[in-house]
Order: sequence, then structure tokens, then C-alpha cells
Amino acid sequence: MITLNRRHVVLGTLGAAGALIVGWGVLPPRQRLLPGEPLATVPGQVALNGWVKLSTDDTVTVVMSQAEMGQGIHTGLAMLLADEMDADWSKVRLETSNFDKIYNNQAMIVDALPFAPEDHGLGKRVAQHLVRKVIREVPGVIATGGSSSMKDQWLPMRQAGASARRMLLSAAAALWRVPETECTADSGRVHHASGRSASYGELAGRAAGLAVPGDVALKQPSQFKLIGTAVRRLDAAAKLDGSAAFAIDASPPGLLYASIVMCPTLGGSVATLNSAAALALPGVHKAVVLAPIPGGMLSVGATSGGVAVIADTPFQAMRAIDSLVIDWDPGAGAAASTRAINAALTEAIGASGRQVHHENGDVDAAMQAAATRISADYQVPMLAHATMEPQNCTAQFKDGVATLWCATQAPPMARSAVASALKIDERHVQLHIPYLGGGFGRRYFPDVIVQAALLARETGGAPVQLLWTREQDMTHDYYRPAFKCRAQAGLDAQGRLIAWSTQSAGSSLGAPSMFDSSTDGASNMAYRFANARMSHQPSEAPVSLGIWRSVAHSQNGFFTESFIDECAVAAKRDPVEFRADLLRDAPRHLQVLHRAAELAHWGEAPGAAPSGAPLGRGIAIHRAFGSIVAQVADVSVDSSRAIRVHRVICVVDCGTAVNPNLIRQQMESAVVFGLSAALHGEITVKHGQVQQGNFDGYATLRFDECPAIETDIIASAQPPGGIGEAGTPPIAPAVANAVFALTGQRLRSLPLKLA
Amino acid sequence: MTTININGRRLTVDAPPETPLLWVLRTELDLRGTKFGCGKALCGACTVHLAGKAVRSCVTPLAAVGEREVTTIEGVAGPEITALRRAWLDIDVVQCGYCQSGQLMSACALLMSTPAPTDAAIDAAMAGNLCRCGTYPRIRAAIHQAVKSAR
Repeated sequence: MITLNRRHVVLGTLGAAGALIVGWGVLPPRQRLLPGEPLATVPGQVALNGWVKLSTDDTVTVVMSQAEMGQGIHTGLAMLLADEMDADWSKVRLETSNFDKIYNNQAMIVDALPFAPEDHGLGKRVAQHLVRKVIREVPGVIATGGSSSMKDQWLPMRQAGASARRMLLSAAAALWRVPETECTADSGRVHHASGRSASYGELAGRAAGLAVPGDVALKQPSQFKLIGTAVRRLDAAAKLDGSAAFAIDASPPGLLYASIVMCPTLGGSVATLNSAAALALPGVHKAVVLAPIPGGMLSVGATSGGVAVIADTPFQAMRAIDSLVIDWDPGAGAAASTRAINAALTEAIGASGRQVHHENGDVDAAMQAAATRISADYQVPMLAHATMEPQNCTAQFKDGVATLWCATQAPPMARSAVASALKIDERHVQLHIPYLGGGFGRRYFPDVIVQAALLARETGGAPVQLLWTREQDMTHDYYRPAFKCRAQAGLDAQGRLIAWSTQSAGSSLGAPSMFDSSTDGASNMAYRFANARMSHQPSEAPVSLGIWRSVAHSQNGFFTESFIDECAVAAKRDPVEFRADLLRDAPRHLQVLHRAAELAHWGEAPGAAPSGAPLGRGIAIHRAFGSIVAQVADVSVDSSRAIRVHRVICVVDCGTAVNPNLIRQQMESAVVFGLSAALHGEITVKHGQVQQGNFDGYATLRFDECPAIETDIIASAQPPGGIGEAGTPPIAPAVANAVFALTGQRLRSLPLKLA
Repeated sequence: MTTININGRRLTVDAPPETPLLWVLRTELDLRGTKFGCGKALCGACTVHLAGKAVRSCVTPLAAVGEREVTTIEGVAGPEITALRRAWLDIDVVQCGYCQSGQLMSACALLMSTPAPTDAAIDAAMAGNLCRCGTYPRIRAAIHQAVKSAR
């Protein structure tokens, strides 16, 4: 008789579980073609899979899970599906997805894993594989960020299109009783060699009755008809006649309006409120105290508590705000100031016990052996997102169901925050997500959505629109953190870079050290350093901080590409040649670098500005989100010592260029966004309060300051890289390097100000 | 009650005279193409035409409008806006689109007063319209193209 002792049972159970886990682990991630529940359809419409519906009038409805906030992703993603489906582009319409797990953004999570781009090892591949599998199964990972949308849906969208096309071919073949191989598809029609043809709409009903093929060959790049072409944006026309709907344009019947004032001290709350005077004003219904709302993932701090006034019109609500008498409880944030934050950063860049994010060779020995050593401290300030559409949300809470019209980059996160605030089941929260009037990372944070949901409890079922004034928006953001970086290098007697070190300090945005991305763009560059160490020291302050277009790359691009320029100067080498030496093992970088230099006529005298002022020229190159961007800036200094940027040459290798028109747009966009930060952007804090309230105090680049921007795209058959953010990091260092070339002044702090 | 000449119609609105025109347009008249951006004439998102001139509706009280014709993005018509819209589409100017009603209204007012503006005139007319997506270079190109196509 076999007796099992307890140890055997435990080990056996563990072994079985292990085998199951390993067995599950080696299987590929589950398909993303079919959702848990078939898509809802209207009469005359069929769903061919989870990404596309077809109507008898030939309309092709592509399902969009990603937020359109200007980056053109709706057009780009629809092109993928339409190309593989051979759909008629003019018949393509879009519809917002539900929250099925097939739309989970696997690429965004996989990209956040702490592996270097050059790492092709087994450990990385296993981790990525397992994370993909997990993200396929967990609910609520639909999000637009990290320049990941195209990377994530490059295959699922194409597979969905190819599968749909195959169903239409099969349906036609069955209808005509001919072999499927004799049928071809083109621009929304199936043709047979006999001359018969049918539109997709005519075949819709039959196609929908067929099994969904899951493993259909995708087109070769040479067969693409839309992918790779400069298709115009699907959303353009509606944005030229005022008909495009943003969250602020929601107007359900009986709409009330709310305005809010939040505690000026970041994270503070309401101590006492006297709303009598406000409530006596015409049209005013109610004043509601709202508690602080934590920022949640990818942020630190909280949105301050405040008081909202609900009224018949937005003007009545805004005016009533001025009549509130409020005592604030500033909380722990009252101690925060830019001065204190900077002092803490200065201390932290020299701190021991740092997180080392990358190390190779022996930096200390190489520094010792160096013939020349240079060291420089850089810094960047806090920055606001300043989306053109201020934070707002329209909410209705009626019969236990919350309906919200909101701009969000992370719909499931917003839904969950609303459900928890209203203490209702997530199934009773409905989101309508129109176009976003800018995002840049700000609309990850569901604060205004939660506030609106809470106000909707107070209106007896009437919908209410909460709109932040620009001042509330500017002073209650999740700011790009301030950072400092100490960069050190050693050169040998021949001017070769033999040691490189960066020590940064700043907020890690609450990330555990394993997933701290604070050195993205500094610890994982393509430069080959014989001896290098890149480290980070978290330094937190009681202010609300979050992710901002290109996240840590936004500061690290400036630190590293400025300092590499300093190294080239110390080595008495041309900045392009100096970089090229260090990039000798990175052919894609080299091509981008050399192309930018060629287009900018690098090496020739830059000439003069139209005013006659001499020009200086600077270059920078940076990789972020899977794309490599080099920029060359031509700058002059005007009579008031202000820096003017006249021309930017921008070269990008983003792998397959799905839509060159959108890629150029995003490069221009990133340059302008980055120039706002390089030349103007600075949020300062005093007694825990942000000192800039509107576009007068927080200047962004204006039309008359904008340089000419010429973008060139490197031809590539690699899978697409991200494009929404990659162009932002290099512009500040390109400009700073140009200023140095022109004036001899090395500006190591943003915004760039000449002495 | 105030009477207002708006997009070729004469309408009566029930709003206090100090109400900014922006809110009259958006909430009283349901013309939501005109956008709120800053409330202080710093960003241009709320630009409309008042007697053919570009004004910031967020700082224009209803009382200041009087008999003058108000034109919004929904009602603007004529060769200038037609040429501008065509150029905007051809060059694919828009990104998020939130500022674009204001951009077009400013550009249109410019072309109505200056049919062939220089770059300096374009700068002067457009410097008050902010765009965080960075559509400025394409706006300049589109204005030039609209001028060319109108000739």
C-alpha cells in the first residue's frame, strides 16, 4: 500500500501546478480576432470579427479601441484593416470599441518591461511572451500611450482585415459555385474570372454565416495598397466646420453646467465652506464639496479637493465660484516649492545608494585613467500638459446607471474610478469617448471624470457638465517632474570617449525600482561606451506629477545629447563624426544621423537669418518607443537675447511607415511641443501652489515663433515603431547645441535662456 | 432678452448682457464649434467674426455685440473660407482639431481684409491662435495655397 506523506502531497501539488503553468506558458497567447461576445450590430449590418462590421450598403465599420487625440491613430489603424481586407477606403467608418480583452494594449505593457532595445536574449523573449499572454487574459488594459497603438495593432488589425477578406471571397465562391482561388478582391468588390462581381455589402449576409478563418496569410509589403501611402486623415473634414464632437460638446437634454475651484495647494482640500452668497445668485443650484482624488497609476500626488457649483449655464457657474468663501486645508503640500525641490535634486544627484540602471566595463578605473575628464550638471523644470481642450466631463447618473461623455486615454481605468466613486458595478458605467482635444499623457488621470460623476449624484438625474477653467487646468495638472542629471565623461589622449556616467535625480512616479523608467533614453542608448554607468536616485516631493509626452525621454534626451556634444567639443571632434564613431554598431542610427547631416548641409556655414543675424547649427539624435529621430536646428539670437529657431531638419526611422503623412505630422507636432519646453515651459511652485495660471504665465510656442520643419522618413521594412512621442526628445538638445555653436554658451537648463 | 445677428439670422437670446459671446453661442444657440480655451483672449480657440473682423468671443460681452453680424465656424461662407478649407484638407492641417475652428476663423478674417498676405502679415494675424499639436507650419502653407487657388 502506498502511503503519501504530507511532503509528497505538497511537492506533487506544486509539480502539477508547475507543469500546468509551464504548459500554459509555452502555448501562444490567445487569438485577438474574436471577442468574448460578438459585436453588436444594427439591421443590415453583420460582424465579421471583433474589429470590423460590414453593412449591406457597403459601409465598412472598423472598431477603434484607441483614443484619437490628434496623433491620427484612427486613420492609421483603419488603413491596416482596410488594406488587408481590400476594402473601399471611401466606405470606411469608425466606431468606438467595447472593453473586450482582445483590445488590451499588449505592446504598451511589453515595452514597459525593463529590457534594453539591444537585448535579444531568451530572458527578454520569455518575459515578453508571458506578459503578452497575461495581458490577453486580464480585463481593463485598453489604453493609448507609450506610442504603442500602431505597434500593438499592426498584426491584429491586419489579421482581422485578411480574415474578413477571406470570408467575402468564400461567400462569393459559394454563391457563384466556383473555386475560391478564381475569385479576387479589390476595393470593396469580389470579382470572378467570368466577369461576375459583387460588392462586399451584397456578400455581407453570406459571409457572416461562414466560420471565421483565424490563420490567413497577410499581404507582402509589395502588395500593400494603402499602407505606405500618404492617406489623408479621416477626421479632417469634421474638424473644419465645427461638427467634430469633443467631450466639451456633449449636450444631452436638460444639461446643467458646473465650474470648480480646487485648493490652490497641490493635494489640499476644503476645510470650511460658506456658499450662501453663491447660492443666492441667479441660476445657481448647488455647491458641492469634493475630496482630493489620487492620481493613480503612472503618477504621484493627488488632485486637490475643491468646491463645484452647479448652475443653469456655464457663465453662471463660473461667476458663482467667485462668491464662495472657502477656508482651505493645504495639507502636506504646503511645504513644496521649486526651491526646495531643486535643493533636494541637487542633494540627490550626489547621493549614494543609487539605483544603477545600466553598467558595463569599469567606469571608475576608466575615469581615473582618462587624460581629460569633464562633468556637467543639467536640469529641467516641471511642465504642464496644457491641452487645448481644458479638462472637462459630462455625467449623468440616473436609475443606477452612470453615463459619461469624457476624454480619456485609459477608458477602463476611468470606468473603474467612476464605479468605485459612485459605489456601483462597472457594468453600470457607460462611457462615450469623443475626440480628445489633446492628450499628451494628461488624460490618463481620471480626476475630472470622477468629479463629474460625483456631481451627477447631486442633480436628481439631470446631466451635468463640469468644465475646468484654464487656470484650474494649469494649476492642477500631473506635471512632468523636474529632474537633474550629473553627467561625467573621460576621454583618452586621442580624444576617444572611454568613460561615461549619468546620475539623475527626480520623481520615479511611484514606480518600484524594478520598473522605474526614469532613465529611459539615458540607460538604453545605442552609443557603444567601453565603460558606462547610468544611475538614478528617486526624489519625491508633495506635488502631483505624471507622464508627459515622451515621459523620461523628454529630459534624458536633453541631458545625454547635450553632454555628448560637450564630449565632442572636449575631444575637438565634429559632433556628427563623434556620434557616428560611438554608433558604429547601430546601422539604423547611423543612417538617420548621416541623412540628417546631409539634408542640413552639415559642415557648411549655416549662413544668416532673414534679419541678417548669424545662424548656429546643432544636431541631436535619440531613440524612443522603437523609433530613431535625428534633428538639426538652425538658430539665431535676436536683439533681446531671445533664441529663435528658423529651421529644423528631422529624419526618422520608424520602421514601416504606415502613413508618411501622419508621421510627418507627428514629427512637426513633436518638434513644436518640444520647442515649447525648450524655449518657454516652466511650472514653478511656491507654498505648494503652482505660480502659472494661463497662457500668459505658461507660454507655449506661438505661430510667429515656429520654424520651418522638414521631415524625411527612412524607408524600412521593419515592423512599425511608435511615432507620437519619438520626435520630442531631440529638439531641445539640438537647439542647445546650436546655441553653443553660435554663442559659445553651453545652456544646461531648460527653458534655454542666454546670459 | 437680447437680439443678435448670427450667421445670417436674427435671434433672441435670454442671457445677461455681460455674458461672454462664447457662452451665448455654445449654450444658448447650440453652436458648439466655437471652443473654450483660456477665457482671457490668450489662445484664440474661441475666435469668431464680428462684422467680418476676428474677435475672441470669450472676452466679448453680449452687450458689446449690438447690431453687428456674428459669424461662427458653422455659418462662415464665401470664397475665402472655401479656399481655406480646401487647402486645409489638401495639406491635412488638423491634428486634435480643438483649436482649428479658431485658426480657420482667424485665417479667413485675414484673407477677407488682405487677399495676398505676406508671411509677416500671416504671423501677425495668426500669432494669437495657439495650437499644442503644432499645426503651425501646415497652417502657413495652407494659407499660401488658399491665396494661390483664389487667384
